[in-house]
Amino acid sequence: MKRLMLAGTFSALATVVTAGDVAPDDVVYGEYGDVTASLSGVAGDPAAGKEIMVARGKGNCIACHQVTALEEYPFHGEVGPSLDGVGEYRTAEELRGILANPKMTYEGTIMPAFYRVSGFTRPGDAFTGKAAEGPLSPLLTAQEIEDVVAYLQTLTD
Amino acid sequence: MKSFVKGGAAALAIIAASQVGADEDANLIINGETEITVRADAPEHLDNVSTIYSGWVFRSDETQALQMDDFDNPGMIFVDQGRDSWVLAEGSEGKSCADCHNEPESLANVRPTYPKWNDETEEVRTIAMQINGCRTEQMGAEPWKYDSTSMLNMEALLSSVARGQVMNVAIDGPAQSMWEQGKELYYTRTGQLDLSCANCHEDNYGNYIRADHLSQGQTNGFPVYRLKNAKLNGVHSRFKGCVRDTRAETYAVGSEEFIALELYVASRGNGLSVEGPAVRN
Ligand code: HEC
Ligand code: HEC
Repeated sequence: MKRLMLAGTFSALATVVTAGDVAPDDVVYGEYGDVTASLSGVAGDPAAGKEIMVARGKGNCIACHQVTALEEYPFHGEVGPSLDGVGEYRTAEELRGILANPKMTYEGTIMPAFYRVSGFTRPGDAFTGKAAEGPLSPLLTAQEIEDVVAYLQTLTD
Repeated sequence: MKSFVKGGAAALAIIAASQVGADEDANLIINGETEITVRADAPEHLDNVSTIYSGWVFRSDETQALQMDDFDNPGMIFVDQGRDSWVLAEGSEGKSCADCHNEPESLANVRPTYPKWNDETEEVRTIAMQINGCRTEQMGAEPWKYDSTSMLNMEALLSSVARGQVMNVAIDGPAQSMWEQGKELYYTRTGQLDLSCANCHEDNYGNYIRADHLSQGQTNGFPVYRLKNAKLNGVHSRFKGCVRDTRAETYAVGSEEFIALELYVASRGNGLSVEGPAVRN
């Protein structure tokens, strides 16, 4: 029984951190919270990034951000700034860093870190309310981060 | 962007333009007679907020209306059920609540002042703990489970007879250390989303988070009837849901942590009226 569960955990992890990914704890942040190297080594797909932005079980970025280009998806939040034009004034390196761990860019921000697995208080097992068992998975995979970065770069005025 | 809320008219325009708006300037008068204080100056111990608002203020016009008349308020059925058990003799002593307290109206000062320090048991007691204290000590009856139907019905009754009275829980004296503990919990970020109560209910009240219009997370309306699950909901169950939503391991309903948090959050609402059973989405 125990062995089965462990095997399950490992295979779950394997789907998250695939070979070639930079592990969440190994991400190197620049002085302003930027991340230079691609997390997956594979170019991001903006179409996939768009899906992640609006999916409640994924990035759900519009929970907090208004994005005019995503108007067809209902209910954009007001907690963060509008992301219109963000591809114009932010570089890919900055966007990658903000997504991976925005606290490196904005101290104390409410925005969650999408590629971070340590340093939390009472981390849970997703939304069950129970304690997390075993290592945490990041909220988004390395490739999903790259996909969202690629989508954000299309947001130019 | 709390400044939205502080910005008054401009804030309302922005909110109204973005989603199905609520009338944040509306006043609540129940049955055309009981005036409810839904906005007030913040109590002195609050540093980052100048005005406190009932959660009612942030609900849609339709949800607000349900609370204006007891015939429309689905929570009032449970008040009636609470009245039934008020006069029901139970336990080895063969007594009911009415045998010691007469009418529930005689306890109208309870809801606004709880959680409250109890000298005899030397603990901070929530209303639920006090009700169970009466059941086990005075009636020789079994305690009710925390946030169970019977408990919430009785809490709804005690709230309903106190509607319009102003929340005024004591935070000094022997209750102070528990209050400090609750305050600490309120500002502690939890879970993989790394969010504290304050991140949503102090920094962002008035803002939408996806389809949810964030309130100040006040407890003056509890127990609340939620349209979402069509039943009465207790304070600790609500806390549990909010903590779970930060992707954290929650505390248990009835735990010392949630008792402390309840005392602290109740004190943030000192100055608002009791309005339970309130209606929320
Ligand atoms: C719980 C709220 C929340 C969520 C969810 C959230 N953000 Fe943010 N985000 C913020 C806030 C607030 C800021 C502003 C930083 C600050 O001042 O704290 C921000 C800043 C940003 C910025 C910088 C904008 C600029 O003007 O430079 C980008 C880019 C961004 N977010 C993208 C995203 C993406 C993409 C997602 C989803 C994968 C996301 N955010 C999810 C709250 C959120
Ligand atoms: C991620 C955002 C978020 C966090 C963090 C959060 N809440 Fe909430 N809370 C909500 C939402 C959304 C609602 C429903 C709408 C509303 O009333 O704000 C809510 C509702 C409530 C209510 C009901 C208010 C009413 O009038 O019915 C209470 C009480 C409450 N929260 C307390 C807390 C406490 C205490 C904490 C911390 C332990 C907390 N919340 C953390 C989002 C949050």
